[in-house]
This record gives sequence, structure tokens and C-alpha cells, in this order.
Amino acid sequence: MQKEILSSIENVEVYPIISLLVFVLFFVGMGWWVLRTDKQYIEHMKSLPMDEGHQNEESHEKK
Amino acid sequence: MSEPLLEKFSYDNKIVKYFGAATIIWGVVGMLVGILAATQLFLPEANLGNQYTTFGRIRPLHTNAVIFAFVGNAIFAGVYYSMPRLLKARMWSDTLSWVNFWGWQLIILSAVITLPLGLTTSKEYAELEWPIDIAIAVVWVAFGANMIGTLIKRRERHMYVAIWFYLASFVTVAVLHIFNSLELPVSLFKSYSAYAGVQDALVQWWYGHNAVAFFLTTPYLGLMYYYLPKAANRPIYSYKLSIIHFWALIFIYIWAGPHHLLYTALPNWAQVLGVAFSIMLIAPSWGGMVNGLLTLRGAWDKVRVDPVLKFMVVAVTAYGMATFEGPLLSLKSVNAIAHYTDWIVAHVHIGGLGWNGFLTFGMLYWLWPRMWNTKLYSIKLANAHFWLGTLGILFYALPMYVAALTQSLMWKEFNEMGRLAYPNFLETTLEIVPMYMFRAFGGVLYLSGTLIMIYNLVKTTKMGTFIAEEPDEAPALTKPVAKKGEYWHHVWERKPIFFTVLATVAILIGGAIEIIPTILVKSNVPTISSVEPYTPLELQGRDIYIKNGCVGCHSQMIRPFRSETERYGEYSKAGEFVYDRPFLWGSKRTGPDLHRVGGKYPDSWHYHHMLDPRTMSPGSTMPAYDWMITEMMDHEDLPAKIRTLQKLGVPYPEGYAEGPAMEDLNQQANTITAGLKEANIEVMPHSEIVALIAYLQRLGTDIKKLDAPTESASEAK
Repeated sequence: MQKEILSSIENVEVYPIISLLVFVLFFVGMGWWVLRTDKQYIEHMKSLPMDEGHQNEESHEKK
Repeated sequence: MSEPLLEKFSYDNKIVKYFGAATIIWGVVGMLVGILAATQLFLPEANLGNQYTTFGRIRPLHTNAVIFAFVGNAIFAGVYYSMPRLLKARMWSDTLSWVNFWGWQLIILSAVITLPLGLTTSKEYAELEWPIDIAIAVVWVAFGANMIGTLIKRRERHMYVAIWFYLASFVTVAVLHIFNSLELPVSLFKSYSAYAGVQDALVQWWYGHNAVAFFLTTPYLGLMYYYLPKAANRPIYSYKLSIIHFWALIFIYIWAGPHHLLYTALPNWAQVLGVAFSIMLIAPSWGGMVNGLLTLRGAWDKVRVDPVLKFMVVAVTAYGMATFEGPLLSLKSVNAIAHYTDWIVAHVHIGGLGWNGFLTFGMLYWLWPRMWNTKLYSIKLANAHFWLGTLGILFYALPMYVAALTQSLMWKEFNEMGRLAYPNFLETTLEIVPMYMFRAFGGVLYLSGTLIMIYNLVKTTKMGTFIAEEPDEAPALTKPVAKKGEYWHHVWERKPIFFTVLATVAILIGGAIEIIPTILVKSNVPTISSVEPYTPLELQGRDIYIKNGCVGCHSQMIRPFRSETERYGEYSKAGEFVYDRPFLWGSKRTGPDLHRVGGKYPDSWHYHHMLDPRTMSPGSTMPAYDWMITEMMDHEDLPAKIRTLQKLGVPYPEGYAEGPAMEDLNQQANTITAGLKEANIEVMPHSEIVALIAYLQRLGTDIKKLDAPTESASEAK
């Protein structure tokens, strides 16, 4: 049944174009979020592997 | 202000030690087999005179050992060390950790046994037969469950970028492995692919390319994001870049597979898609490289003295080179020259030896002294390893580039009469034999460096005391309270399950868009009415061809270039492969293409060629396959094979498997045997050689039959 439906789809080329649009929109959103994101949060994330002592979310979320 | 209550816990270094040791042991095995295979390319007698160690069978053993055993164990070692520390929690389940470890080693061991025996599906980097495929899926899920369990009981709110890479690798490899391994079993060690011809090729290279992407690249980027900052003792250059780089990479990578199938019978729209996304891949790949290298800004003086950083710098540079070269190779004009040549072999070894190998060595040199609470035994020896390894890469890759360009240009050269300048394929192979010698020498250098590392690490362990349990303490994670201004990614990062689902969706979009239409839309594969299923004897011969890994040296895909149609005959059409399970287009030509070999030579030529290739082709580097003449086939599995293929839609008549199939097989075998007798060759009808000759003589002949109209299924409808 499903196979028959998909077999009858024409202009299959439109699917890559749709997904290209999904891709562009997703990355515009992602870029926008990254540029606006909190500096303290970025600093905290950057330092995660470096931290030898104990720590958790306190370091950047406690203000 | 009161301090939060600290919970005490410990990290499990024992599992890291075991995975690290397995990395080293399998690495040496993989490299040794690689050197043996490389030697056979200029000295066929180096097959040690038996079928089990001949190139066709040990080449997949080499690739599997290096990819899944060496790199696979290094991934596990790296993840089992870094993940608990990044999350401030011991791995969720020690039992799962050990299931992961022993399960993975057993899988590798089964590969070491089955591949030389010729038990193979022949699909590149997915050669293992179905029971082992199932075991891989189970062990991989154990690994994933352990990671997700650790994430759930973590003490660090947010997931550092390395963990995103680990998670994306886990889900994507699971999806790729399951879909590419869909096959119908004939017996315990034999199966037929669920896909045929063009569809099989697309699924295989969707998998094959993404095995490179999600097994050799994304887990290693995760490792880079942890171990490079640790070794340089400074945070990653740009965390913002790492976020964009992560999402862009996993989204785009999954689309690039079709660039392995340019100029083949794959539908053009899929080829174009593969090229476009391959070019786009430069951006996120270089994002990762730049992020890694710039982490060292202001610390280059350390690189001069610290072997760990030296290895990592070359690793990241090799990653940058390979990911620039990859998109370059996917340009159709470049691909027309490079495909089927040693250029591709050089390309993957820049990645394998440089990126994976050197990052692994850097990581091991960093881990060992820490786990044994001591210093590295000898910086000098580590430096010697570094230079031997670097020279090894150069000695490996540079001759391969020369060989590739030389051979490809010779294939394409025409003389002033408009004929091929080198009509004999063998001439082009013999021209590059010295390059093959240099390549093997490069491999020996690289292995020598690794052996020095083993000595150094063993000495290091002798100097220190192993810390099996490393204690730590951290406050328990409190329930998250949504804060004002927190949205999207910020929130996702503390929701591991949701994050994993998101990454899965990102990779599924690309996969589904390419795969579903190609599999389901019939018009993608125009049918040719004269193309018929293989006869029972040809089918058996095809399986002998598969068993011996002939696809490792011979392609069955003539591209629509004048130089190829002149050399081999009519170019290959999609409709010719509808009964090919699995497809056998190949990816490297060490010998000529065989798609139109059917009817080109008499049966006796094939007999003598397999008995001793040099009697028919003086100077040939192909090994003798003399055992095919004495080895008999009982054909007991034939009915099961026919029934399996019928289930997959191959139109053998009803009840064919139960009697007529064996009669047809005997009749065809007797005809071939009688023909050989006329040429004074005595051979048993049930010998492997007879079945192989039947298959070779069938190749590419269907479209030569009279009245062979080409029509697409959609038009017929």
C-alpha cells in the first residue's frame, strides 16, 4: 500500500529542495541562537574538560 | 553561604585500560595484515600459497581490523574515560561496560575467523555475515544504553560538545548498520541482500560514506574536543563554533554518500545531490579543524616539546587535508580521474593513518601516565614514533598519488589513430608497481613507530602504579528550574534523551530523502526485458566470486567514457543489475573491469588464467587461484538459495528449487566440462572453477541478446 503510494509520486526532485529549505531554516535559527547566547554559559561549557575539581551547574547559573 | 553536599564516587580506569590495550593489539594486527596485503600487490606469491591469506580475503580483514578493532576500541577507551569526567558520574553500568568490551572483542575475533574463510557479504566495511551483524547491533546498543544511563544520572547539568558527538555517532551508526545489513539468511553463514543492484549500491554507499563520517570522524571529533584542550591545558578556541560545526556536520554528512557512485548507473538526481552536499561539507569540517588548531594559539611552544600535542596537531591537520580532498574528489571532473585508482586509497589513508591513528596515539600517550600515576617513560622514544609515523604516512600517500595519476592518465590516453594508447590493462598496472613497493615501505615505517609506542607504554606502566578506581566528588544534580531567557538549545542540552532524538531526526532527514525514493520509485531503475536471473550454476559461480573477494580488485561498472567503452564495451545500465544481490560494482581497479567479460575469451582461457595468471597475461600481479580447480562444491545449498531469492522477488518458476534447478546446474556444468575437454582440460563438473567460468561468461551478455528493447517501468505502466 505504502509502496504503491510512493511509487506514484512524481517529481521526486522536489524532496531534496524541501530538505534544503529545512536545512537552511534550521541553521539560520541555530546561528541566531548561538550569536545571542549567554557569555557566561559559553565560558562554563568551554571550561568543562579543564575543571579538575568538583563542579556542577552552579558555576554559571548561580548569579 | 553554605556549600552544597558533595557526593563521593569513583571513575573506572580498568575498562579504559582494557579498551586501550585492545586498541594497541588490534592496531598491530590490522597494520600487519595491511602490510601483507600491500606486499601482495607487487608480489602475489606473498599470499603464502593458500586461499585464506590471499588479497581478496585479507583486504576486508585489514579494513575491518583497522576501522572496527583499532579505531573502535580507541573510541570506547576515549569515551569511557572522558564521558564520566565530563558528567561527574561513573559510567551507568559496569556490567554493560564489560558486555561492551568482551562483546566487541568477540565480534572482532569472529571477523578474523570468518573473513579469511570467505564468509562475506562483500559489502565494503560491512562484510560480516548476518549473525555477526546482529551481535554488532546488540553490543552497540549496550554501549549506547550505558552512555544514556550515565547521562541520566549525571552531576553536571549541561552536556559538553564532545558528548553531543558521542551521542550522534551512537544513533547514526545504529541506523546505518541496521538498514545496510538488511538481508535474508540462506544458512547460518550465507545471506542475500534485501536490496538489489542500484538500490543496493546506494544503500551501501549511504552506509559506507557514513561509516567514515560517524565512526571515523564524529566520535574522533568528540575525542578531539576533550583531549586536545586537556593536552594543551587551555579551553577549546570557540565553543560557539563547535555548536554550529556539530549540527552542520551531522546534518550534511549523511547526504554525501552518492559521491561514491558518480558516473555509475545511479539516477542522476541522487548523484547531483551527493556532489552538492559534499562541497558544502568543507565548511563544517574545516570549522572543526580550525577550532582544534586555534586552541593551540599561544601554546605552540608546547607543541615543540610535547609529543602528545605533536601527534594531535598532525592528526587535526590530516583531518583538514582529508576533508578538503574529499569534496574535491566528489567534483565530477576530478572523480572521473580519481575513481577506481589509488587516489582513493591515499585519501582514506590520510584519514586513517593521520587523523585516526595519530589522534589515537596522542590520546594513549596522554592517558597512560595519568592512569598509572607517573610520567611517560621516554619523550625521546615518543618523538621517534612521531617521526617514523609521519614519514610512514608520506611514504604511503605520495607514491599512491603518483600511481593514481599515472594509471588514470594511461587508461584514458588515445594515440593519433584514435585507438587506446595502452589497450592492455596490465601495462598500466605494471607501470605503478614501484609505487606499490614504496607504499608497503611506508606501512612498515608506520608499524615500526607503533611498536616503539608499545615498548614506551609498557615501560611507563612498569614505572607507575595503576589507579583502577579514581575517586572524585561533586554535588548531586538538583532539579532544573527554568530560568528567564533560557530557550532552545540551552534547554535541550540538559535533556539528553530529547537531544538524542533531535540528532536522530537531523540525520534521518538526509538519509530518508535519498534512500526512500530510490528504493520505492520504480522509474529510477529502468528495466531491460532481456535481463534474466542467473542460472543455478552462474549463481554458485557468483558466490565463489564473492567468497574470494574478487570485487576488491575488479569493478563491474563501465562508466560512459570513450576510454572505457573502447576498452571494455557498452557502458553499464541500471537495468542490468536488477538480479545482483549484492551489487558488485567495486571501488578500485587493480585489474580490469569485468562487466562485459562474458564471451570475450573461451572457457579454457579462464581455466588457465585462474590456474596461473601469468601464462595468459605475462607479468600479471594477480595471484593463482589453483585451488578452485581441485575444490569441489556439493551444491547442497542451492535449493535454499533459490528459495531465498524467490522470497526477495527473483522470478524463478514455482517449484524450481526442488528439482529443476539442480538439473539445470548439472546440464550447464557438463556442457562447460565437455567444452574444456575438447581443449584437453580435464576438470570435474562440480569443481569451483566450472561454476566461476559459468558466471564470468554470463557477465554483461544479457543486453547483447537480440530484441532487447529498453523500457522504463513507469512508461510501461
